[in-house]
Amino acid sequence: MSAVTESTPTSTQGTGPKPAKRKGLNHGQGRLGLLLVAPTLAFLAVIIIYPLLKAVQLSFQKDSGLDPATGLFVEGGNAGFSNYTHWLLQQCGDTACPPGTLGAQFYDAFWVTIFFTVVSVVIEVILGMWFAMIMNRTFKGRGLVRAAILVPWAIPTAVTAKLWYFIFAYDGIANRLIGIVGIDPQLWTSDPWAAKFAIVIADVWKTTPFMALLILAGLQLIPGDVYEAAQIDGASKWQTFRQITLPLVKTPLMVAVLFRTLDVLRIYDLPAILTGGAGGTTSLSMLVIKQIRNGFHSASALSTIVFLLIAVVAFLFIRFGGADVVQRPPSSKKPKKRRRDKDENTDKAVSNAVTGQYFGAN
Amino acid sequence: MTATTAPTTTAPAPRGGQELHTKSDRGAKIRMYLGLAALVIWGLAPFYWMIVTAFRDVGFTFDTTPWPTHVTLDNFKTAFSTERGNHFGAALVHSIIIGIVTTVVAMLVGVFASYALARLKFPGKYVVLGVILGSSMFPGVALVSPLFQLFSDIGWLSGTNYQALIIPNISFALPLTIYTLTAFLAEMPWELEESARIDGCTPGQAFRKIMLPLAAPGLFTTAILAFIASWNEYLLAAQFSTPATQTVTVAIAQFTGAQPHQEPYTAVMAAGTIVTVPLIIMVLFFQRAIVSGLTAGGVKG
Amino acid sequence: MPLITMRRTAAISGVLAVALTVAACGSDSSGGDDAAQQGADSRGPITYVQGKDNSNLLGPMAERWNAAHPDEKVTIKEQSDQADQQHDDLVQHFQAKDAGYDVVSVDVVWTAEFAAKGWLTPLKDKFALPTDGFLEPTVKAATYNNTLYAAPTSSDGAMLYYRSDLVKTPPKTIDEMWSMCDIAKKNGMDCFAGQFAKYEGGTCNATEWMNAYGAKVVDAQGKPTVDSPEAAAGLKALADHYKSGDIPKQAITYQEEQSRASFQDGKLLFLRNWPYVYNLASTDASSKVKGKFAVAPLPGVSGPGTSTLGGHMAAISAYSDHKATALDFLKFLTSPEEQKTNMEKGSLAPVIESIYTDADLVKKYPYLPTLQESIGNAVSRPVTPFYPAVTQAIQDNFFSAIQGQKTPEQAVKDMQAAMQAAGG
Repeated sequence: MSAVTESTPTSTQGTGPKPAKRKGLNHGQGRLGLLLVAPTLAFLAVIIIYPLLKAVQLSFQKDSGLDPATGLFVEGGNAGFSNYTHWLLQQCGDTACPPGTLGAQFYDAFWVTIFFTVVSVVIEVILGMWFAMIMNRTFKGRGLVRAAILVPWAIPTAVTAKLWYFIFAYDGIANRLIGIVGIDPQLWTSDPWAAKFAIVIADVWKTTPFMALLILAGLQLIPGDVYEAAQIDGASKWQTFRQITLPLVKTPLMVAVLFRTLDVLRIYDLPAILTGGAGGTTSLSMLVIKQIRNGFHSASALSTIVFLLIAVVAFLFIRFGGADVVQRPPSSKKPKKRRRDKDENTDKAVSNAVTGQYFGAN
Repeated sequence: MTATTAPTTTAPAPRGGQELHTKSDRGAKIRMYLGLAALVIWGLAPFYWMIVTAFRDVGFTFDTTPWPTHVTLDNFKTAFSTERGNHFGAALVHSIIIGIVTTVVAMLVGVFASYALARLKFPGKYVVLGVILGSSMFPGVALVSPLFQLFSDIGWLSGTNYQALIIPNISFALPLTIYTLTAFLAEMPWELEESARIDGCTPGQAFRKIMLPLAAPGLFTTAILAFIASWNEYLLAAQFSTPATQTVTVAIAQFTGAQPHQEPYTAVMAAGTIVTVPLIIMVLFFQRAIVSGLTAGGVKG
Repeated sequence: MPLITMRRTAAISGVLAVALTVAACGSDSSGGDDAAQQGADSRGPITYVQGKDNSNLLGPMAERWNAAHPDEKVTIKEQSDQADQQHDDLVQHFQAKDAGYDVVSVDVVWTAEFAAKGWLTPLKDKFALPTDGFLEPTVKAATYNNTLYAAPTSSDGAMLYYRSDLVKTPPKTIDEMWSMCDIAKKNGMDCFAGQFAKYEGGTCNATEWMNAYGAKVVDAQGKPTVDSPEAAAGLKALADHYKSGDIPKQAITYQEEQSRASFQDGKLLFLRNWPYVYNLASTDASSKVKGKFAVAPLPGVSGPGTSTLGGHMAAISAYSDHKATALDFLKFLTSPEEQKTNMEKGSLAPVIESIYTDADLVKKYPYLPTLQESIGNAVSRPVTPFYPAVTQAIQDNFFSAIQGQKTPEQAVKDMQAAMQAAGG
């Protein structure tokens, strides 16, 4: 516990300002910075930003309608916001969308997607942390265990989904195994609750390794000595975890959580193959795909809505969750003051002070 | 008791490993191995079922005996057979090429950007961060149509069109690559780099010789992430790949039973087993690199 | 000379079309009949696009064609095994006005959509295709707005598989079938199952039951007419017997393969499924019903019922540069020789009536006469350009109704409203 708080000021001093030299060293940062991010922006512009803007533009046009005289489709024209009100206000033309239309499924899809996200990510964080801590120990065959842990994630999602569909068949192995412990066979691919959990189980199984791997890489930046120090200090396991491990892996953990959240919010393959949306498991992305087959403009509006929704979640994460990779986590004390103290180049997280101190001390 | 004094009082423990050596040694060890067992079972049980099914005679596809029965290699033969127009072997090669190029380029481009984001001050930095993250928020399924039009217009949808698969894969890998790398680079002891620069190293040298080895665990972790993402990509590959560039995921989706409506579960499971193997080898290989990266960092530190 | 000019014109208009597409990217612009009727004598190499080939039929077929047409060779492009992906792939290429897809294989339910989008060449006037001797329902399914848009190439119809060791004469009517459920009970089996999961197969099953009770999902003009007492009665029969257990509870998770597995395992007395089960249940090493089952036409209310029509057709892309060759290729695909080969080598049900009575084939495939009856009575799924929305409406509401989550009356009402909201 003391390891973090007491060493921080020392560390700050250690990296203290050296105004004259710093200016020379950091000369021309602006241009170099832009030059270094330019290739990234070029890739993103072509593959993601262009289609995204295109989709926004298309979302304001009507889907083509049928000309009753010829039986052929004709252009729909300007739609204003009608494609958006279709989803958000459940309007199909002048009436409310009847059950069985895609429009009527928007809010169900929205909530079930949130459900998948919250439940999966929470379980993944807990399991991933545990996995990472076990993998971080030294023991024989560590490499093999790490490889074994990564297996679920290495199998292509399309295959994973088929595998679980096969496992969760009524006459499949899952029902046989739970039968051994006396549980009745479940309708894993159709029953509202069983289907939701089948998807969560498959998703958690597949992506916990991702979480564990990122946390592990964070753990490996922590010097073993810090733990020893804490041990000698008489800190309990829980204290060590709370006071040392957690703050030090916080940034990689939050990055992992952030990206997993963005991923689950766009979940498609698993529900599409496992349940086909039965039992209320139609996710937002499934709705997008189904709508694309019915009309691309309305699907573009839905994609844009999903995009905005995810952007809000991501903003909340960064603002309040500490997933900001370049800024200090909000948990650090007196952030504003220290920011000024630390000079312009110390954008890195304060929580790494221990690490810095460790290396500085050597 | 502070961290500063810790190194002087005890022998330096290997970094990255939490040593166990107290009186409760044995209990802790047993608990650790139990945890390990749970972990391995968790990771491997469904995979085990995949393998059992992969080796099971197609006539017994729906058998639920928990151990291998009716063992046969036929499914692997089916998977690799080109008789029904499948080219799974070639697809493996295509996927490996695409995966390696994607990983290398994404890492290179990603390291540049992450260095800038973690270390440099430049105008519009937060806009750039926002754009990068924002790229991971649009439903991937909605990208297909516009990109198809674009690629079709510039003639990328025929022949040996690796670029039509690699460039999107790089773009998909970049946001995560940059965010993880930036997080790791921000955590690095940059004082070292500064002293190196004061000692006369150019920024490039300082970064390459001092910081890069220290960042190895983060780099290799990120590389694994990028490779697997590319290896597993299906959505765009299904639309953009040609027979000359068909990836494994697309090849597997084209497996069929001998009859219409028949699902080729056993062959798909055999193929799934095969595509997992190169990844395990790669992880084992990188594992070594991660460990040696750590050692190198330790020595320099 | 005229040929060259025409081709060049076609090429130039192709370029223009691409340019226009860029401007209106992603929009569903429709081509008119004029464009579609152009190029009636343009010949040259073509590409045939089809979903994954199960039985290695495509290669030899292409060789036969190429041997006879050395200057107009066909190249095969295989798509994925998944119907949805085949559909999306075709849409992408049509939207890009790709001349590289000359002849495309379309699922029976996509014809109307593609035709209404102006993507298919109408098979009339210069492109007229004779359909004498074809099974009538297959031709009907290829017809949109009184115009034939595709050549049926393979068909499919459902049959009732029953345990001939337990049931001497198969049930002719639905009520007869339910009355035989006691036999299942006595033997510790489930009575009847189809494919009641929420997917396209669920639509096939649900329409079969509604049709059996006399309902029409859409009328001849494609307008929804599903909100009827007949349709409700069909759903009610299913819901009642699902509740009573005659249909096992797991049937709502069944797609084709799960229901086949159950039947082969001896757990099911009656199974509604496609012809493919016949061979597998007879030959699969794990099958417990070898020699103990037979097929009959699906039961109806007062006589044989109506199957849903499955199968594929081949159509000429409106953007093809070699439509004359393409038309010849359609005739080749539907020729009795090719149809017979497909049946022999790939168990693909022919569209030509006479083949069902071919003595050699019947010997090898004893179910053929039953299948002929099934397909002869078959009703196509709704022929409407809004098929994706229509099948969604059926699946969702049928799935709720069978589980008793809404009344059959409410379900058909919602189906109708949902289809209308989609524009149908």
